[in-house]
Amino acid sequence: MFQQLYPLIPQSVILRSDEEVRPYECDGLSVYTERPGVVIIPNTLEEVKTIIRFCHTYQIPLVTRGAGTSLSGGALPRKDGILLSLAKFNRIIKIDPINRTARLEPGVRNLAITQAVTQYGLYYAPDPSSQIACTIGGNVAENAGGVHCLKYGLTVHNILELKVLTIEGDWLTIGSQAWDTPGYDLLALITGSEGLLGVIMEVTVKLLPKPEQTCVLLAAFHKVTMASVAVANIIAAGIIPAGLEMMDNAAIQAAEDFVRVGYPVKAAAILLCELDGHRDEIDKQLKQVSTLLESAGAYEIRLAQNEQQRLQFWAGRKAAFPAVGRISPDYYCMDGTIPRRHLSEVLQRISELSQQYGLAVANVFHAGDGNLHPLILFDANRKGELQRAEEFGGKILELCVEVGGTITGEHGVGIEKLNQMCIQFNTAELTQFHGIKSAFDSAGLLNPGKAIPTLHRCAELGAMHVHHGQLRLPELERF
Amino acid sequence: MAYPLIGSRFDMSSDISAQLQESVQTAMTQSVPLKIVGGQSKAFYGRAMEGQILSIAGHQGIISYEPSELVITARAGTPLQEISQTLAAQGQCLAFDPPHFGETATWGGTIACGLSGPARPYQGAARDFVLGVKCLNGKGEILRFGGQVMKNVAGYDVSRLMVGALGTLGVLLEISCKVLPLPAEEITLVKPMTSEKEALAQMIFWGNQTVPLTASCFDGEKLLFRLGGIAIQPAQQKIPAEVWNEGNLFWIELREQRLPFFTAAGPPLWRLSVPPTTPPLELSEEKQLIEWGGALRWLRSDLPAETIRAIVAQVGGHATLFRGGDRTSEVFHPLANELEKLHRRLKEQFDPRLILNPRRMAMNW
Repeated sequence: MFQQLYPLIPQSVILRSDEEVRPYECDGLSVYTERPGVVIIPNTLEEVKTIIRFCHTYQIPLVTRGAGTSLSGGALPRKDGILLSLAKFNRIIKIDPINRTARLEPGVRNLAITQAVTQYGLYYAPDPSSQIACTIGGNVAENAGGVHCLKYGLTVHNILELKVLTIEGDWLTIGSQAWDTPGYDLLALITGSEGLLGVIMEVTVKLLPKPEQTCVLLAAFHKVTMASVAVANIIAAGIIPAGLEMMDNAAIQAAEDFVRVGYPVKAAAILLCELDGHRDEIDKQLKQVSTLLESAGAYEIRLAQNEQQRLQFWAGRKAAFPAVGRISPDYYCMDGTIPRRHLSEVLQRISELSQQYGLAVANVFHAGDGNLHPLILFDANRKGELQRAEEFGGKILELCVEVGGTITGEHGVGIEKLNQMCIQFNTAELTQFHGIKSAFDSAGLLNPGKAIPTLHRCAELGAMHVHHGQLRLPELERF
Repeated sequence: MAYPLIGSRFDMSSDISAQLQESVQTAMTQSVPLKIVGGQSKAFYGRAMEGQILSIAGHQGIISYEPSELVITARAGTPLQEISQTLAAQGQCLAFDPPHFGETATWGGTIACGLSGPARPYQGAARDFVLGVKCLNGKGEILRFGGQVMKNVAGYDVSRLMVGALGTLGVLLEISCKVLPLPAEEITLVKPMTSEKEALAQMIFWGNQTVPLTASCFDGEKLLFRLGGIAIQPAQQKIPAEVWNEGNLFWIELREQRLPFFTAAGPPLWRLSVPPTTPPLELSEEKQLIEWGGALRWLRSDLPAETIRAIVAQVGGHATLFRGGDRTSEVFHPLANELEKLHRRLKEQFDPRLILNPRRMAMNW
């Protein structure tokens, strides 16, 4: 199928054998695997263009891959398609400290941006937990977030310009080095489009001056409700913390067992509240926040006394996922967002579902912006557990939609949440999404089968849900 | 405290989405172009166009507002003033500082035009704060995108696509938007200055410091900064300029374009959006007013559009014929060929009969 392509590009950029392509069979969501038809790791823009034009001419599916850290299967390859790795495009093209921007190739790692601009007193704000590995191209494709979104926004708020190759192999310049551009906001449309609209080949990001000072408070609560009241009160008081994170008891214990940073392991919930700015501002806010935490019922409040302690407070939170990975053979990370006022109710129902499915769950929560990450613990080697975990996860997402939230806050739909898309969006809305796709890629070659479910799939799923509450195939056991 | 979701003040009688839907469906069947209007406060903006009036002004009401969630949802015809006042009563605001351009300004018109005020470079643009929309596409289908939560990556970001689309992709019915606390303290600093070069250098310099700037402007006679936030005094003392106690009025007059620069009779008003560090443009004969830390330059000029656009394009910016001049010309900077084609295809996907504000944005669609 790909024979005609091989003479057009250097042999050294083509991976064909089983051993060579195996590492590309999945991304960060390893429960889905597929052998890619061929993996290509081009060195030059000309090679990329040749590959894209080839796909267009011969109608071959094209999946673009950055670091492969997607948690939703966004970079899952196709056996009938080409997997295009942009790993070699890892150059920082230009840093402009005066305009506070950086022009980057898509394969530059997120953390490498901040490392490269720190000498100018600047940093790049979005910090997804995979920032040590994930790349800016993937960050744009997924509209990546992180722990500082509440104050500093998502990827969409922190980029200025993209250079994109269309499936026809034409260049689009989207956005500009100015603050706005004529026409539609295609910068927003491409950001988070999960590789379905174009191949991102260059990104200009905005940089921020490093705050004068940063400090972190850790507060422990006997009840989750108290912690969520504290969050609401802090925000209602007009304070926008740089980060505001919550962990429940299961997550606290797992993290403490793993990194030993002295978390209060008996707490039902802890809050981490990071404040940044200039000294006087922080002094004032620290007093305010401490009072608010106390009045919400915090039984212990700690202030990180120095940078080392600040990093320690964060270490537990940042290690939450691998920590849970230590106590359970597998875990499944969900990513719903809810209006914060429903937090207690949602956590209560997650705990009920946990009992119903017989699977434990640990919760970490970007409390400031309502983004919830329940981690479902399971063992894929035990028959039926994966399926149960997936079903449990699906129920959590449906719950998020029910309370006015969304099925994915920052991880993307990918291959994983297609069914839940049918619940969040109706036929007309999904049709509009497909219309957008066809304006960019009428043959549907770019990352096919991801992000937006077909109407057929939703119809089948709908048929399963209705029938007077009776499921199809009633003989199957469902938990 | 939750704002009343449904109550006497926001009763359902102000929900006219069913009538609006019917009007769009009829217009589609008969291929009648519609001219979407709210309060007519921004009727001057965009290209002149003809069409049957579709008024959203009667589609009013704040649907939900929960200060601790930092989100407000309102129907498109809700007066912008009502929204600002409701937020202010809870110590909050629309951080993108939108211009009203008249008391009749509506919430829908504000988002459809996508204009942001003096705070834009420091706090973000209208598009940065929009979280979700309910709209009617050109087929008369009511669609919802985004939602009321800060983080949401389910589906393409159609909500932000609608911001600044001038109603050409859909009739906005409801918009949810992130709000922020009003600054606890605010102060205006002023320094006499006549050199554009010096003013630009100062704007860039202070913009790169950790001082809490929320606006900046150079009007040819003086350089002005606004600082906002908590405990701003130490930052204020760093900047060598005088405190101007009546300064807050200046920023409103600037945002609403009521300063003499804007109101004086004379040539059309151009809006030049350029990278902030762009040196003084080769339009030195013409009168200019600069804001957004150098990124937005207002120009009163009779020069031909091609001349202005060539100069601005050279530095990577774009020029809009904002007020006056020939409204039947391409008032927005023409797009590169590939982008123009893509815009046309997107327009057709949302509005296959091209009935929603046709040619308001571009001559061909």
